Amino acid sequence: MIYIQLFLSYLQIGLFSFGGGYASLALIQGQVVDKHGWLAADEFTDLITISQMTPGPVAINSATFVGQKIAGFGGALAATVGCLLPSCIIVTILAKLYLKYRQMNTLTVVLHTLRPTVVAMIAFAGITILITAFWGSKAMMTFSNTDWSMVVIFAVCVFLLMKVKANPILVMVLAGVTKLAVSVIEKIIL
Amino acid sequence: MESKKHVLWKLFVSTLYLSAFTFGGGYVIVTLLKKKFVDELHWLEDDEMLDLIAIAQSSPGVIAVNGAIVIGLKLAGFAGALVAILGTVIPPFTIMSVISLFYQAFKDNWVISELLNGMQAGVGAVIASVVFEMAGGVLTEKDPLSVIVLVASFVAACFFGINVIYIILVCIAVGLARAFLQNRKKTKE
Repeated sequence: MIYIQLFLSYLQIGLFSFGGGYASLALIQGQVVDKHGWLAADEFTDLITISQMTPGPVAINSATFVGQKIAGFGGALAATVGCLLPSCIIVTILAKLYLKYRQMNTLTVVLHTLRPTVVAMIAFAGITILITAFWGSKAMMTFSNTDWSMVVIFAVCVFLLMKVKANPILVMVLAGVTKLAVSVIEKIIL
Repeated sequence: MESKKHVLWKLFVSTLYLSAFTFGGGYVIVTLLKKKFVDELHWLEDDEMLDLIAIAQSSPGVIAVNGAIVIGLKLAGFAGALVAILGTVIPPFTIMSVISLFYQAFKDNWVISELLNGMQAGVGAVIASVVFEMAGGVLTEKDPLSVIVLVASFVAACFFGINVIYIILVCIAVGLARAFLQNRKKTKE
């Protein structure tokens, strides 16, 4: 039963994620965190972090990770196959159609319309991740509950990425090390 | 052309290698695949491949896998697609299986848990920079429909908690209607 559930959840993720890894985050979160509770919000964010640090697509990484955690090797297999099946079918059909008719106008227009939605979905996933980062599992998003060291780290990281064009993996490692240093200092002082 | 067995083997090894060592997502992998099979080995022609890669990048699902499918299909039919999918999927599947086994032990370690915590802010920043860049691209087109779709999708997901799948379905419908109207205009002219 759990295998079928994992398979079906990832089938939906595979079917509706247009525009690559970041765009699939909102879908993965919707299924894995909100609907089924297979991962807690901070576990989901850890998963995204690990995905960024390792090679491989986010959707497959998350399918393997969640499947393995919930139902072992069989679960990982069920989720990964579910995630891949829709695109296998759709890409094959579209490629065959293209090779036959040499026309992709409709596809181009639909994709053009989808692009702003993809941006909105990525923004939505990003905000959810930032809420976890700034307020953790605390129930209230108030001023005093805010982890201000994380807010500062976030702001510096955005600056490094956008203005200095620093390597994303390097920026993330830097963020982790900075937070660790802050926590060590806090432990010594308090 | 080489023997089919050789082509399949080469395809498997290439996709496996690229998938295991490429950071930076599907678009990067697809570019490298194209480089390998079109520019280096000359097994595929350029023009047709560019269009097929465009299809792979715009279809739903995992872009690296989609790219592997079209290249595999062109090189060796369904067997080629299957081999290319396996090559692309095996590395992340193996890596994440191992990581998920050790995750709980990692998470209970204070040092690693603080590192991961800080990285959350880093990931948030990476996503924020992607959003700023992409949104900038959408806004410079000065297409009012794009701006409306962007704002409406965000509000629907973030403030009304509407399922992402429905939002995407509505946008596909809008896109299809748009393509239909454009095609009709063209045939009238």
